[in-house]
Amino acid sequence: MRRAAVPLALGVLALLPFASSSQFLVTLATLTAVSAALGQAWNIAGGFGGLTSFGHAAFFGLGAYAAAILQTRYGLNPWLGLPAAAAVGGAAGWLIGFSAFRAGLRGSYFALVTLAFAEAFRVLANSLDITGGGSGILVALHPAPGNFQFADRRVSYALALLLLGLATGAAAWLASGRFGAQLMAVRENEDAARALGVAVVRTKSATLALSGALTALGGVLYVQSYLYLDPGIAFSAERSVEMLLIAMIGGAGTILGPLLGAIVVHAIADTTRSLIATPGVAPMLYGVVLLVIVGVLPGGLVRIVARHA
Amino acid sequence: MADAVLRVRDLHAGYGDFRVLQGVSMEVAAGEVVALLGANGVGKTTLNRALSGLLRPSQGAITFCGRPIAGIDHAAIVRAGLVHVPEGRRIFPNLSVRDNLLLGCYVRGGATRAQSLARVLESFPRLAARLRQAAGSLSGGEQQMLAIGRGLMARPVLLILDEPSLGLSPKLVEEMFALILRLRAEGLSILLVEQNVVQSLAVAARAYVMEHGRIVMQGAADVLAGDARLRAAYLGL
Repeated sequence: MRRAAVPLALGVLALLPFASSSQFLVTLATLTAVSAALGQAWNIAGGFGGLTSFGHAAFFGLGAYAAAILQTRYGLNPWLGLPAAAAVGGAAGWLIGFSAFRAGLRGSYFALVTLAFAEAFRVLANSLDITGGGSGILVALHPAPGNFQFADRRVSYALALLLLGLATGAAAWLASGRFGAQLMAVRENEDAARALGVAVVRTKSATLALSGALTALGGVLYVQSYLYLDPGIAFSAERSVEMLLIAMIGGAGTILGPLLGAIVVHAIADTTRSLIATPGVAPMLYGVVLLVIVGVLPGGLVRIVARHA
Repeated sequence: MADAVLRVRDLHAGYGDFRVLQGVSMEVAAGEVVALLGANGVGKTTLNRALSGLLRPSQGAITFCGRPIAGIDHAAIVRAGLVHVPEGRRIFPNLSVRDNLLLGCYVRGGATRAQSLARVLESFPRLAARLRQAAGSLSGGEQQMLAIGRGLMARPVLLILDEPSLGLSPKLVEEMFALILRLRAEGLSILLVEQNVVQSLAVAARAYVMEHGRIVMQGAADVLAGDARLRAAYLGL
């Protein structure tokens, strides 16, 4: 009963905005769902795989630029941006993973490599013509379902929920399946996993590819709702950190963790923004919350609701 | 020995310019328990890593069940039935005992997971009682049993046990060797890498003694047990 209570409550919470006409509530719910989806995508690599990335914005930005460039430069239907972004994000995840893991980089070294990739992409996006350089890409406003732009924000929210469902489904698959078991074995003890015949580099690279593809889809949703993209938005370190924080605060390596993390982080951020006008207070509060979590609840908020969640 | 499961010929291996193994030759016959003895740093672990495909030998041949395996992918070696239980109880502490065991059989197909699990749990009743527990919460002895049980889940043809008695209490060491005797009775081929000379020689049919990356002594276990040189070198007698 208790195991089912939390997912059920989250499900009801997720459906509430559909019954509401409040734009504020729908926007807040959409932002939370997208954050949860991105946190879950990070969690697949960072939590289940122990591949602590500080640069997941690389995948977010690649996905966002793929979608934006394909429709503004090549006139492709924006819906095609989804598979294109997933392919680009997945390929980037595989390549970054394969080269880093083959070279034996782990832990903080791997984290630094991902950080460097995100920064390098930001610099590239700033200087290339195809990305529009520093002035970014503006997508023409033309709301129509066939054009992946919606007058009713609840449709965007539904898509964000779909992405969250996809990422959470992937996490659930990892938590119960053979591939996930091998991945967690690699996380726990690489040498022992290798002795059992697990292909360590391939397992980790495939995981980063999956995580990268899901993160890139989040980038597409961003472009389609804000219709603007620049290198700072696409590849900012804050975005990487937010994904990581949400997963860690909620509980890395658990299915429900990123959902709880996203809800708490957005509750903190949006309450502080309405109460305190000074910018930068919200990120500071994230830091405080993270410190408290690491000190008091190393397994994340999810430990409060379920011991073995 | 015509029916050798494992045959090693003139094996050289090392790390970079540092050559550890300098021409090792040895054999394990089907159903035989062979002890590989030697002090720390003589190359036992390096030999194990070369056998299980984690280290590419620079020279020499390894034949497993008649197939050359030197330098091939470690996953293929496990699939062929050569399973290595590494030293130091390398279990997965945050996974359940059950998941730890099941991980052993994911690489080699064949019998169903349920069958392999039931068979292994029969040998390890204490693990059966703790299937859902996190493996890290087991005692040291139980963790070592888990590591061996996980190796057995792969239904090995040859099991390499790397220092299984390391760090165990005397009573648990006895249990460990009793287990090796049971596995021997079931017909499993075992390469037992140990520093515990007396007990290893008691369960093994033959033994090799390594020094400085070479086999310096070999023969029937009971003969070696009475060998004055070995007694002097390892037992201080």
